[in-house]
Amino acid sequence: MAGEAAARFKVGDQVRIRVGVPPTHFRTPEYVQGKQGKIDTLWGAFPNPESLAYGGDGLPAQPLYQVEFAQTDLWRDYKGSASDKLLIDIYEHWLETI
Amino acid sequence: MPKIHDRGGWPNDDPVDHSEHEMEEWERQVDALNGVLGDKGLKNTDQLRRAIESLDLTTYESLAYYEKWTAAMEMLLVEQGVMTTEEIDAKVAALKQEQS
Amino acid sequence: MAENGHHDGHGHGDNAEYYSLRAAAMQALLIEKGVCTLDDILTMADKIDSRSPKDGAKILAHAWVDPEYKKRLLADAESAFLELGYDLPETSPKITVVENTDEVHNMAVCTLCSCFPRAIIGRPPAWYKELAYRSKVVVDPRGVLQEFGTKIDEAVQVRVIDSSADYRYLVLPMRPAGTDGMSEEQLAELITQESMIGVGLALAPENVRAS
Repeated sequence: MAGEAAARFKVGDQVRIRVGVPPTHFRTPEYVQGKQGKIDTLWGAFPNPESLAYGGDGLPAQPLYQVEFAQTDLWRDYKGSASDKLLIDIYEHWLETI
Repeated sequence: MPKIHDRGGWPNDDPVDHSEHEMEEWERQVDALNGVLGDKGLKNTDQLRRAIESLDLTTYESLAYYEKWTAAMEMLLVEQGVMTTEEIDAKVAALKQEQS
Repeated sequence: MAENGHHDGHGHGDNAEYYSLRAAAMQALLIEKGVCTLDDILTMADKIDSRSPKDGAKILAHAWVDPEYKKRLLADAESAFLELGYDLPETSPKITVVENTDEVHNMAVCTLCSCFPRAIIGRPPAWYKELAYRSKVVVDPRGVLQEFGTKIDEAVQVRVIDSSADYRYLVLPMRPAGTDGMSEEQLAELITQESMIGVGLALAPENVRAS
């Protein structure tokens, strides 16, 4: 895809989700912001919805990752098994190295 | 405070409502219109989401799914200059006249 | 006029009258202005209607009986769909299949809106798009499973997948016991919409509802 950035992270990398609530459209829910997870899958690069939402072309395409979290890391008093997971697809510019 | 649409983990004591909802014909056509406008490059999914997210909290929580789509679609069509609010108002009045 | 504040309305009532007229007006104007035709709209509506949970069930039943097909489905769902004649429109979001086993139970949600594998199994059920499911399933998936009457053992890992971007998730439920020798068509009847979202299991053969 034109204007595609090389992926910064690989499967198994530990990452933290950036914290932020821009006034404009974005796809990173607050319940994962500031939390630490692990890269589970590299999906390739996709046009940035933050630009598409305003009629932009979404380029450069952003590498998209599926990030895996331990539920016990996301929620205090999580009512489930310690092994339960939450997976979510996050664009690279929302990820930080640990 | 998360945005109105960002619902993961919001406190909610409501049971999941399993009732089946028959789709109204007008809803089916809104669904289709959304697809047609997308295919013609007049809107994309992210614009529709962004427009829905700009609704106030009460409206977001009280409107049905396709009602939100309709509100969003109007915002986008007017924003893009495809039609004006006045034109839509006039057409609504005309349709009401036809119905009576 | 707002309805019950914490529960989505259902497309009929005062709001519906207002919005259905609004929609009809926009549609009429778009046609008058030559942006699209009524035929465009009706053709699209039929196209959307042409996909239902039965399509997903057919594909997944085939994966149950054909282990090599299952491998291909899990590796590249869209190519595997194509093998069975399901060609996704170019504009469709990507779809991938996740497998439930006796060690792992996947369930899908879109907490931000209503993203769903529509291009292969049709429109999502109303509850999937409503606030209760979207709020609760990420923080208390086992509570939600209980609401659906689905029992998952504590030793099984529950994986909630939030479809927040370009991918949509179709769950391949576990094949129930006592189904050896059943035809693909019979097996497909066990695969419900709920089992393909992950809030339920595939039906036991004795529980198939007469349709």
